Amino acid sequence: MAVENKGGILLLHVLCIIGVALILFPMYFVFVASTHNVQAIMQKPMPLIPGTQFIVNYARAIASGSRMAGAFSASGASMLKNSAIMAVGITLGKVVIAFLAAYALVYFRFRGSTLFFWMVIITLMLPVEIRILPTYKIMADLKLLDTYAGLILPLIASATATFFYRQSFLSIPDELTEAAMIDGAGPLRFMVFILAPVTRTTTAALVVVQFIYGWNQYLWPLLMASTPDLHTILVGLKAMIAAEEQLPEWNIIMATTILAALPPVAVIVLMQEQFIEGMTEKEK
Amino acid sequence: MVSKQIVFKQKLLPYLLILPEAVIILVFFFWPASQAVLQSFFREDPWGLSKQFVGIANYLTLFSDEGYLKVILTTLYLSSVVTVFSLLGGLVFAWLVFSLPKKHGSMYQTLVIWPYAVAPATAGVVWLFLFNPRVGIAALVLEYFNVDWNYVLNGSQALLLVSLAASWKRISYNFLFFLAGFMSIPRSLVESAVVDGAGRLMVFRKVILPLLNPVITFLLTMNLLYSVFDTFGTIHQLTQGGPNHATETLVYKVFSDGFLGLDLGGSSAQSVVIMTAVIIITVIQFKFTQRKVV
Repeated sequence: MAVENKGGILLLHVLCIIGVALILFPMYFVFVASTHNVQAIMQKPMPLIPGTQFIVNYARAIASGSRMAGAFSASGASMLKNSAIMAVGITLGKVVIAFLAAYALVYFRFRGSTLFFWMVIITLMLPVEIRILPTYKIMADLKLLDTYAGLILPLIASATATFFYRQSFLSIPDELTEAAMIDGAGPLRFMVFILAPVTRTTTAALVVVQFIYGWNQYLWPLLMASTPDLHTILVGLKAMIAAEEQLPEWNIIMATTILAALPPVAVIVLMQEQFIEGMTEKEK
Repeated sequence: MVSKQIVFKQKLLPYLLILPEAVIILVFFFWPASQAVLQSFFREDPWGLSKQFVGIANYLTLFSDEGYLKVILTTLYLSSVVTVFSLLGGLVFAWLVFSLPKKHGSMYQTLVIWPYAVAPATAGVVWLFLFNPRVGIAALVLEYFNVDWNYVLNGSQALLLVSLAASWKRISYNFLFFLAGFMSIPRSLVESAVVDGAGRLMVFRKVILPLLNPVITFLLTMNLLYSVFDTFGTIHQLTQGGPNHATETLVYKVFSDGFLGLDLGGSSAQSVVIMTAVIIITVIQFKFTQRKVV
């Protein structure tokens, strides 16, 4: 029901701009602070427009991190690397195992498939937040504390990805399978050369949503990574702020905050279409 | 269960295909969840030297503890504020964008959805900086209006701040689903109401809102789950559950009792309580929205 008259459109624009400004303002001040030195930020009020220290602050945030946090904080580069490994690992893991499982559920009849399907549904009710203690113990028993595998594995079962693939497979016409069978393609050939390419938009949507999920994990990496070497950028931020008893280096902390937010935000902005499909379709 | 007419005949292959997901689910979901249930009936000393079966004592302790009641209320408060703010915010934005010509609307869409990508933990840092009594620009504005602002000492201010930070990044999510909801409403329905002389607001109230009911039910559940589980990062960065437990939620307490307080039995009992609640909520939601997964 689009508004058509000029005055109405103008009014809507004004309202939208006010709303967007309200949403943007917290991040704006974070960015402004990341371009000044600490003394400028400590003034009252802090500067309202970006300053000249952009390169200096970001270079330091990436190369060495906050000095105040000392031994408890790693460099931004190392934290970004850890976050990237965790996010990519979780994304790949979820997409691959969900794809395989959904393929089995849709294209085969086997004993126990219903049982397996229910197992997957039940994982929806067991988010990592409520199984942290026993999972931590298991990781310790498996000697996976302070490893990338430990960061990634407990988070890669995905009911939503499995259902999403399943819906997508079910909507593919049977003729495609028939044709492949007549041409002599076995199930693995069919999966790799026909199914995977045909469902690539589903995969793209899932990759976007799961990457954001993976990058933004906090509680589990907080428990798993006891040394700064394995800190993801979100966990590292905490270590920097904890140095607040001294004078926190707000400029470096804010530059790191921007660095922490940038990759997932960039993914959403650049792959908006896939993101929206991934969000709204998977819930059906 | 819906299924294909044409399937492959291999007998062993499907088991190999589900193996990775089955192993992950068994080892990292079912095993720890069952351990939590088991552990909740025991009392263990922090060093793991002795373990004693105590029946439901951990649960009794939990529910006779006034602190736990307070934690439940805190969680409910948080989820109410998040739901009200982000649901209304998302609804208003979606309505504005939907009312604009498509070309203009999509420009704002990008500007509204990006906070979804900001991690709850990052949101915590952002709002900590804004409202920090020493450097925060928002704290300064409050000071100007003679508000005695110090969330570090004032519990209700701390809880409000956590709630606002959590709502801020949640508007995007609700916006997306409302917008999709608006778009799925048949044009003819709206147009015939307009022909019948209904005004814009009337159409919204009498035609559109009732059609959005399933979306709203769905979003109420999702916002509740978000407030319970995803706000941990925001709280941990902003207040660490303080001051004086004012911002401790159910999940935060599982963490602080289990990992900081080393009360394994008590923390496990809390996990089981949350698990039960989630199962109940999920079942209700399945019934209400008839999600077609099975």
